[in-house]
Amino acid sequence: MAKERIQIMVCGGTGCTGDQGEALLDNLKLELEANALENSVNVVKTGCMGLCSMGPNIKILPDNIIYTGVRPDDAREIVSEHIMKGRRIERLLFTDPGSGEKLATEKELSPHRKQLRIALRNCGIIDPESIDDAIAHDAYEALATALTNMKPLDVIKLIKDSGLRGRGGGGFPTGIKWEIAFNNKSDVKYVVCNADEGDPGAFMDRSILEGDPHAVLEAMAICGYAIEAAKGLIYIRAEYPLAVSRLNTAIRQAREYGLLGTNIMGSDFSFDIEIKYGAGAFVCGEETALIHSMEGDRGEPTVKPPFPAVSGFREKPTIVNNVETYACISPIILKGSEWFSSIGTEKSKGTKVFALAGKINNVGLIEVPMGTTLREVINEIGGGIRNGKKFKAAQTGGPSGGCLTEKHLDTPIDFDNLIAAGSMMGSGGLIVMDEDDCMVSVAKFFLEFTVEESCGKCSPCRIGNKRMHELLEHITKGKGVPADLERLKNMCHVIKDTSLCGLGQSSPNPVLSTLENFREEYEAHVTVKKCPAGKCKDLMEYFIIAANCVGCTACARVCPVGAISGERKEPHVINPEICIKCGACMEKCKFDAIIIQ
Amino acid sequence: MPKINSPAELSKHKKEIREKLYGQEKILIRVHMGTSGLASGAKSIYEFFREELEKRNIEATVINSGDMGYSFAEPTIEVRLPGREAVVFGNVDKIKADEIIEKYIKNGELTDGILPANYRSI
Repeated sequence: MAKERIQIMVCGGTGCTGDQGEALLDNLKLELEANALENSVNVVKTGCMGLCSMGPNIKILPDNIIYTGVRPDDAREIVSEHIMKGRRIERLLFTDPGSGEKLATEKELSPHRKQLRIALRNCGIIDPESIDDAIAHDAYEALATALTNMKPLDVIKLIKDSGLRGRGGGGFPTGIKWEIAFNNKSDVKYVVCNADEGDPGAFMDRSILEGDPHAVLEAMAICGYAIEAAKGLIYIRAEYPLAVSRLNTAIRQAREYGLLGTNIMGSDFSFDIEIKYGAGAFVCGEETALIHSMEGDRGEPTVKPPFPAVSGFREKPTIVNNVETYACISPIILKGSEWFSSIGTEKSKGTKVFALAGKINNVGLIEVPMGTTLREVINEIGGGIRNGKKFKAAQTGGPSGGCLTEKHLDTPIDFDNLIAAGSMMGSGGLIVMDEDDCMVSVAKFFLEFTVEESCGKCSPCRIGNKRMHELLEHITKGKGVPADLERLKNMCHVIKDTSLCGLGQSSPNPVLSTLENFREEYEAHVTVKKCPAGKCKDLMEYFIIAANCVGCTACARVCPVGAISGERKEPHVINPEICIKCGACMEKCKFDAIIIQ
Repeated sequence: MPKINSPAELSKHKKEIREKLYGQEKILIRVHMGTSGLASGAKSIYEFFREELEKRNIEATVINSGDMGYSFAEPTIEVRLPGREAVVFGNVDKIKADEIIEKYIKNGELTDGILPANYRSI
């Protein structure tokens, strides 16, 4: 290949583009043309470079120099100094606020990025169907370290010291769970991986299993070594066929290499893993229900204690950890507990994967240290709200969680702060809502999910949620009365206090949190019978402004139910009795004469 | 493949594999084929690269992997040219794939639609 030519990458992330990034790109091209360099220097616009707070940013190859805070006027100097004379422009380099040093390259700037990948470290980087590629990226090295240099109690102590908490929702300290299982002596113990990811909008576990299955297998073996178990089980929903197939391949390859099976790597330790399929019931993500489902019984929860770590699968001590929790284990063994506990907040260590969904530009998976704020997640990493709309709320914790509003934008996200804000971490689904979303409908949506998924064992959850859903249905149809809001609140508390398992206890959360944060929206529905977001069909009315209507008859012709009448060239009217609120007339009208009231 | 019987054998195997997979001066293309990628058509992009690179006499390894989390820009692919940092391209359709082969793989010339690494890893 010929000598590498100079190329300029201009960050096209939302932050940089919004700060005259486009003008910068144009100016760079103009300057290059002015110097007859347009054919020898390539300028491209890229996705977000992840250095939003310093933007607009550009990166110049092959020198690998990143300039930050670049204004459109700087284009001339960049071309004349850097490109033509090969001199670095010191003033455009980022100054480290701590040391005062100038940082120029990718490597130097990397610590300033908001995202840190621990659980997702190998996703998209390795071939998940090749154990060799995984081994080339350090797979099974932590297991080797544990088997040769550590006793089971050392492993447990390390995990305890790291401060790792369960990533599936509850946030129970993983090391303490392992210790309980270790202390319960039994000839048979089980290590279970909970891959029954059920929150709407969450897909981090799926991505880890699809992208890096060996990380989970290895961590389960480490857990088995720590608690002295020889058998691992992965409970995964059959709706994840790709993850299942890659897991099967990974297990087969690990067995062939002797990394699962008897006397792993020449040690006395034997461990094997089997896959159990779930039918996709949400409640089976709850550990006792999950265990019953694996035993072949109905997936119904039972009262704790006894905790599974004491008496779980087939009444033997059982560890149930989530996929993402397992994905954090090997790096902790290899890099130490101090490294892990240096990341995150006081009580929530490490990173968390979030699945960004909803009205956000960059839908997808991100992994950030605990304590990152919602504003950073949405505006910087998520690229902001779609179509420049206004942020309204973000739902975390799925149907068991609550919503965070504008006032929570600068709250560091961790287990405890989310609970204090009336939500919860859950598995990490983060659904972003904008000004067009009706919060009563959002609460109704999540409740619909819980009603559908309730196993029916206890009455508060089975009957209570159904009644609550009916009330919300009433309210969104304009049939609610102000007293309904108090009734709703009461029901929430009763269901919360008296349900058997986590599903029922947390099911009123979306209602409680929207009632708390958006009470005025509920009130508008029950008093003046209006939906401020314009989402509830039964509460809106299409109306023709006579002054704007020219009588073109376009609306009357498009109306599927013949609700619009009027003479040619005369203002038309909509008969609200017949109108089905489909909105076709409004779309058709060229004169903005039709509005929603 | 023989069994790995000790931690020392694991290290040895790792070294050999690193050399074999990443030590050579060879072009490596990774198509991200998790559920998000596949749903956006990553499979046909994978096949496109396999067929076209052969047709155009470019020696390269095309392999699949999981998703990187860029659901908003699927299908995404990663191209690793010898001696250079890996580059990830987003929203790759066949037209884009053709452009990537002609411009980047053949001449090392970047195109629009690059997703720079916006994270740090361990």
